Amino acid sequence: MRPFSYQRATDPGMAVQALGGAAAANEPLTKAAAQPLAGGTTLIDLMKLDVMRPTAIVDIGPLAHAWSAIAPGGDGLRLGALAKMSDVAAHAEIQRSYPVIADSLKLAASAQLRNMATLGGNVMQRTRCNYFRDVSYENCNKRNPGSGCAAMDGVNRMHAVLGTSDQCIATYPGDFAQALIALDAMVEITGKAGTRSMPFAQLHKAPGSTPDIETVLQPGELISAFSIQGRWPRSVYLKARDRQSYEFALSSAAIALDVQDGTIRDARVALGGVATVPWRAREAEALLKGQKFDDGLAQRVADAAFAEAKGRRHNSFKIALGKRVVARALQQAVTMEI
Amino acid sequence: MTAAAPAPKTNMGQPVPRYDAAAKVTGKATYASDMPLDNPAHAFLVTSAIAKGRIDRFELDDAKRVRGVIDIVTHENAPKLKESKLFSNGGYAGTTIQPLKSAEITHDGQIIAVVLAESYEAAREAANRVKVSYTAAAPSATFDSPGTTAAAAKGQNSQFKEDPKVGDFAKAFDAAEVKLSVSYETPTQHHNPMELFTTSCAWMGDNLVIYEGSQYVYGLKNGVAEQLGIDADKVRVVNPYVGGGFGSRGSMTPRTAIIAAIARRLNRPIKLVPTRDQGFTIATYRAETRHEIRLGASRDGKLVALRHEGAEVSSRPDAYCVGGTKTTTRLYACPNVDSLVSIVRADRNTPGFMRSPPEVPYLFALESALDELAVKLNMDPVELRRINDATRDPIDGKPYTSRSLMACFDEAAKAFGWSQRSPQPKSMSDGDWLIGYGCAATCYPTQMAPSAARVRLQRDGRTRVEIAGHEIGTGAYTVIAQTAAERLGVSLEKVAVFMGDSDLPPAPVAGGSNSTASTCSAVMMVCDQIRHRLFKALMPSDSLADKAKETVGISPAPSTQAAKGDRRLDIEKAFDALGVGVVEEYGEWKPEGAPLDSFRAMHNGQVRLVGGHQMKDQIAYAFGAEFVEIRVNRFTHEIRCPRLVGAFAAGRIMNPRTARSQLMGGLIWGMSSALLEATEIDERNARYVNDNLADYLVPVNADVPGVEVIMLSEQDDHINPVGAKGLGELANVGTNAAICNAIHHATGQRIRKLPVRLENIEL
Repeated sequence: MRPFSYQRATDPGMAVQALGGAAAANEPLTKAAAQPLAGGTTLIDLMKLDVMRPTAIVDIGPLAHAWSAIAPGGDGLRLGALAKMSDVAAHAEIQRSYPVIADSLKLAASAQLRNMATLGGNVMQRTRCNYFRDVSYENCNKRNPGSGCAAMDGVNRMHAVLGTSDQCIATYPGDFAQALIALDAMVEITGKAGTRSMPFAQLHKAPGSTPDIETVLQPGELISAFSIQGRWPRSVYLKARDRQSYEFALSSAAIALDVQDGTIRDARVALGGVATVPWRAREAEALLKGQKFDDGLAQRVADAAFAEAKGRRHNSFKIALGKRVVARALQQAVTMEI
Repeated sequence: MTAAAPAPKTNMGQPVPRYDAAAKVTGKATYASDMPLDNPAHAFLVTSAIAKGRIDRFELDDAKRVRGVIDIVTHENAPKLKESKLFSNGGYAGTTIQPLKSAEITHDGQIIAVVLAESYEAAREAANRVKVSYTAAAPSATFDSPGTTAAAAKGQNSQFKEDPKVGDFAKAFDAAEVKLSVSYETPTQHHNPMELFTTSCAWMGDNLVIYEGSQYVYGLKNGVAEQLGIDADKVRVVNPYVGGGFGSRGSMTPRTAIIAAIARRLNRPIKLVPTRDQGFTIATYRAETRHEIRLGASRDGKLVALRHEGAEVSSRPDAYCVGGTKTTTRLYACPNVDSLVSIVRADRNTPGFMRSPPEVPYLFALESALDELAVKLNMDPVELRRINDATRDPIDGKPYTSRSLMACFDEAAKAFGWSQRSPQPKSMSDGDWLIGYGCAATCYPTQMAPSAARVRLQRDGRTRVEIAGHEIGTGAYTVIAQTAAERLGVSLEKVAVFMGDSDLPPAPVAGGSNSTASTCSAVMMVCDQIRHRLFKALMPSDSLADKAKETVGISPAPSTQAAKGDRRLDIEKAFDALGVGVVEEYGEWKPEGAPLDSFRAMHNGQVRLVGGHQMKDQIAYAFGAEFVEIRVNRFTHEIRCPRLVGAFAAGRIMNPRTARSQLMGGLIWGMSSALLEATEIDERNARYVNDNLADYLVPVNADVPGVEVIMLSEQDDHINPVGAKGLGELANVGTNAAICNAIHHATGQRIRKLPVRLENIEL
C-alpha cells in the first residue's frame, strides 16, 4: 500500500469538494487521486494489491446519517447509498415487496462483509479478474490501457460471455446491481452542481475500447441513493456458484414479473456472473410480455437472453448454465406465492 | 458427553478439553510472527513474474526513495549460502532452488529480492516499486506441455525404493472374466494454512534464534545451520504454536536461511511476513497427478489382477515424488499386482508433502475404480470390498497388525443408512436435486520415529514435560499432557508441556501422522524411568521394584488406568528417601526396527520413520470407511454434499475429542479436495492464477451441514508402546472417490478428473 492522506467528510459538499478538487481533466474515476471510502471492502483490498494507488482517501462514513435510509413507501422504494447490505437484506418490507433485492444482497459475500459494505460501494465493486488484480501481469487493458488482455487466452473460467470486447472480458462481480437494473431503478448522484438522477442502467459502461472507464461517474461525484417505482413482490434472484455461500456467481438471474390472470403483463430479466456490466436482457423480456407461461417459453426466453453470448476457452459453459438459470428463475417467479 | 467430546469406548482416553484451548480462543497463544523482537527491520519479498528465463536488470531507484527503506537485497549483493540437499537425499530442504543465488529464474514466484525497511508498510510499498527487466523463455507448465521430460521415479528419488509387483499381472489380466481399464486425474493443490509463511530471525552474537511456524524444528535448525555454515548448536528454532502445517512446514523452505544471513549482515533482527499469494510459490504444494488403473476380476468379484500406474509433476532440479502405489497395491487381496510411478519435470517450484501425501491422489484412483468395477459386476460396492478384504499384505505376505476395514464399513453404512440406497443411478431425488450415495475406503500407514523427552516431577506432583514436538493444531499438547498425567498418576492440571523449541529434547517431524505415537511413547518411557526411580527408593529390592512398575499411579491423585489392588506410592516418602526436591529424567525412545543410526539422525534433524509396509514381519495401517450423500441440482448442476459419515479404527484413541476434531476436519478436507480445491495454472506462462483464498476455494460452513465421525474401538499391541495409530491423515483419504462414486449414483455420470465443477455435469 502506498501512502495516502485521510480525510473525513462530514457533509456532502465537503466530500464532493475533496474528491473533485484535485482531479485532472478526463481522468477516469478509477485512476482518480482521491477515492471515497465507504465500507472499504473493495478499495482497501485493491490498495493492498497495489492495483489502486490513490493519494487521498475521503471517508464518507459520516454521511451515513443522511444517506442510509431504507424507505419503502406507497409508490416505491428509496435506498440510501450508505445503507449496509445486511440492513437492507434483513428489512421485512424489502423481503416482502422486493424479494429480488433482499435475496441478491443476502446471497452476496459473507455476513461480515455484508455488515461492512454499503449499497453504493457494492454497485461500484470492481472485477475479480485475477489478471486485473495481480499487478505482476503487465497486460491488462483495465489497469494499463493499451497493454492487452491476459485473460482473453488465459484462465478465464470466471470471465464474461456477454458485453465483452476484444479489449476486456472481465466480469462484473456483484449481485445487487442485477436487481436494480431489473427493477428500472434510478440512481441519484451528488456532485458539485447538486444532485441529479438517471437510470441505473446507464451507470455502468461496457468495456468496449476503454475498459478502464467502468461507469459514467466523474471524480467528485458520489452515488447518494437508489429509487425504484412500484412494488415487485413477484421477483426472485437465483444464483449458481461453486460453493454454497461466500462465493461469486457463475451465473445468476434477477427476475421480476407482473402476472395477472395467468398472463405476464410486465417482465424483467437481468443477468449476473456472465456479463461485463450489470446486464438487462431486454430481448428476452419482450418474449414474455403478454404471454402465458410454459416451459417452452422459458426456454425461448433463456435462448434469447444469451443469443449474443460469446464463450472463451474455459467459460463457454456459462452460456448453457446461464440459460438454465434463467429458465429456472422464471419458473420460480411464476410459481412463487405472493 | 457432547458431540464434540464423545464418550470413550474401550481403549480410548478421556475427551479432556484442549490444553491450549483458552490460550487460543483468547488470542494469547503466540505464533511465530507474534514473538516480540528488539527493533526489527521488516522484510518484504519480491518474487518473479516469469517462470523461466533471466533477470536482466533491477531498477531500484524508485523503491529506494521510499522513506524508511534500509536496503534491497538481490542476487547481485546477497550473502552467499551453502547448498542444501533435498530432504529425500539426506538433506533438509524442500527444494534445492535457492533464492538470490543468480539471475536465473526457474519457476514462477521465485524469490528475487528482499526489501528491508523500518516498517512493514514501507517495505511493501518499496517492493511494489521495484522494477525488474527479464529475458523470458517459454516454460513448460504441466503434463503435456512442450518441453517436459518424464522418467520412472525409481532411481531418481531415494525415498521411492520399489514399484511393488507380485505374480503375473499381464497374464492374469488377460484371462480375467471382468476387466476394467480407466484413467484418473487430480489437480494441483496448495495447503493454505491460516498462518502465513513468516520468519523472524534474531542474532545474539554468534547465536541465531528463528521464530517460524515449522513442523520440524530440529530439521529447520540443522538445515539453516548447514546453509549458513555454522554449528547447529548455535541455532534455535522456536514456535510454541503453529497455525496449520498440513505438510507445508515439514521441510526447510528457501526463505529462512537467506533472511537469517541478511539479519546477520544487517546486525539487526528481521521480521518477514510474506503475502498469501507468495505462499503459493515460496513453499511446497501437492502436484497434479495422473493414474491408469487396470483391474481384472472373476464374475463373483474376486480381484485377480491389479495394475496402478501413476505420474506426478515435479520441478526441473528436484525429483519429488509421493508414490502412493506402496499403499494401493496392498489394500486389497489380489494375487497378481503390477505398478509403476513416473515423474514429469516442468518449470515449477518443487512440490512436497501435502496431507495425506500419497494416499489422497492415489486412493482416489483405486477407490473410484473399485466402484466402477462394482457397477460392472452389478454388485454392492461394500460387498465388493468385503470379498477382497485382505488379512495379509498381498505383496510381501506379511500379516496386518490389525485391520478393521470391514468393521468400519459396517458401522458407517449403518449410521449413514446405506441400506436405503436404491442401487440404480439416477433413481433417487428430492425436488430440484438428484441424490447420490457413495462410499470409499480410507487407510493410512501407521508410522513411528525416534523421539526423546525430558520429564521433571516435583514433590507436590507438578510435572514438566519437555519435548521438541509441534502443536500444529492437532492436540499434541493435550495428548502429551494426558500421557504424562496417566503414567505418573498426577492430575492433568499439574502437568505443564513445553514444545516447539529446538533447545528441548528432539522429536520427529510432525508429519506422516507419527507424532502422537512417537512423542507419547517417548514420554511414557521417561515417566516410567521416574516411576522406577521412586519405587526403587522405597523398595530397594529389584524384584519389588519391578513388581511395583506394574502398578499405576505414584501420587494419591485418581488415575484412569488404576485397577483395584494397584499399589500406590507415597510420593513424598519417595522424595524423602531419595533426598531430592525434584526428580528429572531424560530418555530416548525408538520404535522396533528403527535403523542403527536412528538417535544420531534424530539429533541431526533427520527423520527415520518406520512402520507401514516397512516393518519387519508385519504391516501396520489405520483404516476407515466413508459414506457421502451428494446432491446435484437438475437446473444449475451445482453439486452439494449435505452428509459425510466416516467410521475409523486407529488403535488407541488418546483423546476422543481431539481425535474427532482431526477426523472431522479430514472428512471436510476430503470433500473439498474433490469439489473445490484446485490451483489453476496458466499454461502459457506456468504461473498460478487463483493464488488467494477468494479464488482458491475451500469449504465454508454452509458447505458441510452434516459431518458424523464414528471411532471404533481397536486394540493393537504390535505397533508401539502407546498402541496408537496416527489418524491425522486418515480421514481426508478416499473422500474424493466417495464423492465421485456418489455423483455417479446421482447422475449416472462417471467423473474421473478432480475437482468436479458444475460444468462437468451433463444431465
